[in-house]
Amino acid sequence: MNTPDDAQLTDHANTLTDGGKVLMLACGALAREILALIRLNGWDHVTLHCLPAILHARPERIAPAVEAALAERAAGFDKVLVVYADCGTGGELQRLCDRLGVQMVPGPHCYAFFDGLQAFADRDEVTAFYLTDFLTRQFDAFVWQTLGLDRHPELLPEYFGNYDRLVYLAQTDDAALRDKARECADRLGLRFEHRFTGYGDLAGVLEGAANSTG
Amino acid sequence: MSDEEDDLILSELPDEELVPQMHDDLYDGMDEEIVEGVNILLARGWTPYKVLTEALVDGMTIVGNDFRDGILFVPEVLLAAKAMKAGMAILKPLLAETGAPRMGRMVIGTVKGDIHDIGQNLVTMMMEGAGFEVKNIGINNDADAYIDALAEFDADILGMSALLTTTMPYMKTVIDTLVEQGKRDDYIVMIGGAPLNEEFGTAIGADAYCDDAAVAVEMAKELIARRHNQATA
Repeated sequence: MNTPDDAQLTDHANTLTDGGKVLMLACGALAREILALIRLNGWDHVTLHCLPAILHARPERIAPAVEAALAERAAGFDKVLVVYADCGTGGELQRLCDRLGVQMVPGPHCYAFFDGLQAFADRDEVTAFYLTDFLTRQFDAFVWQTLGLDRHPELLPEYFGNYDRLVYLAQTDDAALRDKARECADRLGLRFEHRFTGYGDLAGVLEGAANSTG
Repeated sequence: MSDEEDDLILSELPDEELVPQMHDDLYDGMDEEIVEGVNILLARGWTPYKVLTEALVDGMTIVGNDFRDGILFVPEVLLAAKAMKAGMAILKPLLAETGAPRMGRMVIGTVKGDIHDIGQNLVTMMMEGAGFEVKNIGINNDADAYIDALAEFDADILGMSALLTTTMPYMKTVIDTLVEQGKRDDYIVMIGGAPLNEEFGTAIGADAYCDDAAVAVEMAKELIARRHNQATA
């Protein structure tokens, strides 16, 4: 199946592969990366179902959405992996996964597992604002419009006055995306830093789940 | 705004129409109109405290309720807060002169590793509007920074804020440090921030978890009153 466009991944749930043995229930913002790993590794037994990426902006809705999706879809799979980190749920998602006996991605958020959990923690970049490939492409929908900056640019200092840099955590080496991320930094009035991460810790977590069953 | 509303001349409105109009202006984040309204009410002999509570705080409470109910979102709340701040800038020095009620003293700040201060700035404003004196010590505070500020400001309340799952556990470190130093019972500890909940507040030993700024004000009033009652019992 072809990867849906970003708008589709942002606002809608999508079943992107249908392998039937391992269910990966993921954030739509990770769809491209997970699909790439499924194709690269030939994981034909993996079903990938993505929830709307815009849940990123409403973390309190993530755990209920994951719970509903698991109730509807998880039956019959040998293994289930929730491809979310904590993502601002304050431990709620971990508590849900523990209760249901399913695995999730460790760490606070995708920035950390792309960068590598230990490396991210060691950097301790308190004043950095992060973008990934997906968030760079969807900057207007996820940042500019969500924060109302399209209508009220005068609020910029309220939101970003305490940040000093934008770090673009790049999953791919894409000059156009790098330019777009730099432009995002300019719009936010932040210093720009490009950091190629590839898929970071995500690849290992997915591999562990995919290979845990025949 | 309609043309008809654009043509409104605030100074021509009687008090009973001007105050609801100021609530609307606050809701719409119109800071110039709020400043004008505050000055009109003061010129009509309203006390600064009456202007603050009836024109500004009551208006901001409507904003807070609609935010809680999902009718308004963060950008609109921030605009309303900016408008209220503009009105409070006029009233604050006057309140000090005219002896408005004093509810208690609070130190507030975001915890170590956290730079997200929108929530605590709203709480600061609403607490001041309710008659509390607030020292906002800003972002990225370690336990010593909080504890020093509490002593220096002779505070009754410690408010801690965090937006990140990674930073919220530090609140427990601050509370544990207060316990170690034998100071925990000297202060009411209130916490807030998007990923927090009541259960977390209880687990770390806070006195109250506050879901939003309006709840923070009500909890602070209640806990201060309870404290006074205990002291006089």
